[in-house]
Amino acid sequence: MARRYDSRTTIFSPEGRLYQVEYAMEAISHAGTVIGILSKDGIVLAAERQATSNLLEQSIGSEKIYEMNDNVVAGVAGLTADANILINQSRVIAQRYLQRFDSPIPVEHLVRRLCDLKQGYTQFGGLRPFGVSFLCAGWDPTFGFQLYQSDPAGNYSSWKAACIGENYSNAQSILKQEYKDDDSSDAGSNSSNVGSAGTRMTMDDALKLTCVVLSKTIDTAKLTSEKLEFATITLKDDKPYIHIYSSEEIDEVLKKYDSVMKPSED
Amino acid sequence: MDALFAIAGKDFVISVSDTASARSIVRMKKNCDKTYKLSSHTLLAVCGEPGDTANFAEYIQGNVRLYSVRNSQDLSPSETANFIRNELAGSMRSRKPYNVNMLVAGVDQNTGAASLYRIDYLAAMAKVPFAAHGYCAYFVYSVMDHEYTEGLTLEQGFDIVKNCLTALKERFIVDFPDFSIKVISTNGTREYDLAEI
Repeated sequence: MARRYDSRTTIFSPEGRLYQVEYAMEAISHAGTVIGILSKDGIVLAAERQATSNLLEQSIGSEKIYEMNDNVVAGVAGLTADANILINQSRVIAQRYLQRFDSPIPVEHLVRRLCDLKQGYTQFGGLRPFGVSFLCAGWDPTFGFQLYQSDPAGNYSSWKAACIGENYSNAQSILKQEYKDDDSSDAGSNSSNVGSAGTRMTMDDALKLTCVVLSKTIDTAKLTSEKLEFATITLKDDKPYIHIYSSEEIDEVLKKYDSVMKPSED
Repeated sequence: MDALFAIAGKDFVISVSDTASARSIVRMKKNCDKTYKLSSHTLLAVCGEPGDTANFAEYIQGNVRLYSVRNSQDLSPSETANFIRNELAGSMRSRKPYNVNMLVAGVDQNTGAASLYRIDYLAAMAKVPFAAHGYCAYFVYSVMDHEYTEGLTLEQGFDIVKNCLTALKERFIVDFPDFSIKVISTNGTREYDLAEI
């Protein structure tokens, strides 16, 4: 019965749902976890690589974290093949903007363009929607550091800390508990509440919290650089600086925060 | 035959344009405003082929406004100038290019810094402390070269403007009916009377 409404993305079910889009989101909740945490002076992104085998050659570049532009870096959860198309598109969009205005694309602008593209596939033409969620971490002069999450339906939202992929609800509740929000009165002095305006986290706190959440959500005895990817975006000489960690650097981070990472109780 | 020039200070730009609309040797209108407000802190002044100037400026005005509405955020002066240059460069390589010279004056609302961009009909752009277009450039550039100092005050800027206008009156055979003087600063745009400065 359900099959009557499954085969095309463009058809609503009698309950008013788009099953293909929901299935795509379901697929993502089984993909490797991606975590993003905003701090005062930067954003940390971390991603889990699933299904590694000792026969598999380590890929040269990163598989789940990509630079979209000089000021935007994204973590991917879902089908990597689909993600490649979207990453490529967003790189083109960002460069076109640079060519037109001679300034880096505002983060939300890029995210919105990307989501417009994703939304299009839930309504027109294609066979299925893109099975990809992104966590986009970026910086622009107007709003500072920003972290955006997007889903296959084309929705996007801005977060102080967010998680997509496997176990995302667990991770999100840990983040909610542990995240140090800025509730002091001087938060009002900055008129804009977008981006890094209202947080007390430092980069160190963010890295630490990332490790804590990873250790509790990833089902493994010990975290290693083989299964993880890390990236940060910070400011260097007033310009955004994206750093994608090498495996040695990841091991260093894991070693540094080893004490706070306890294996999950359940 | 239009007169169009501007002087940029640290946090303001003075834009001066004549108000004559002429065709061949006939003056059609005396109170023509050749500037276009692009946003609260950006002004576009145009001269060149009369039809082209209005058409192109309105096209730019519309697109800059569209950007603000779409993104709930204004383009900065440098972004605006680059966008205009880009559009004009595209037009230049078409079958019927726009023949427009422009000055883009603005104050960046993030940094508070004023900037002035000179764009000619060949879509060559330069960020400059002062600029002029057309025949009037032959007369006012020497004055501005001589009197401009970095970080000048608004009063010093007005003095240069006055001397430029004197030079035009003295040496240029064209007699301009009036000038429109506008100042873009962090407070927005304000028009000044000739008698006021």
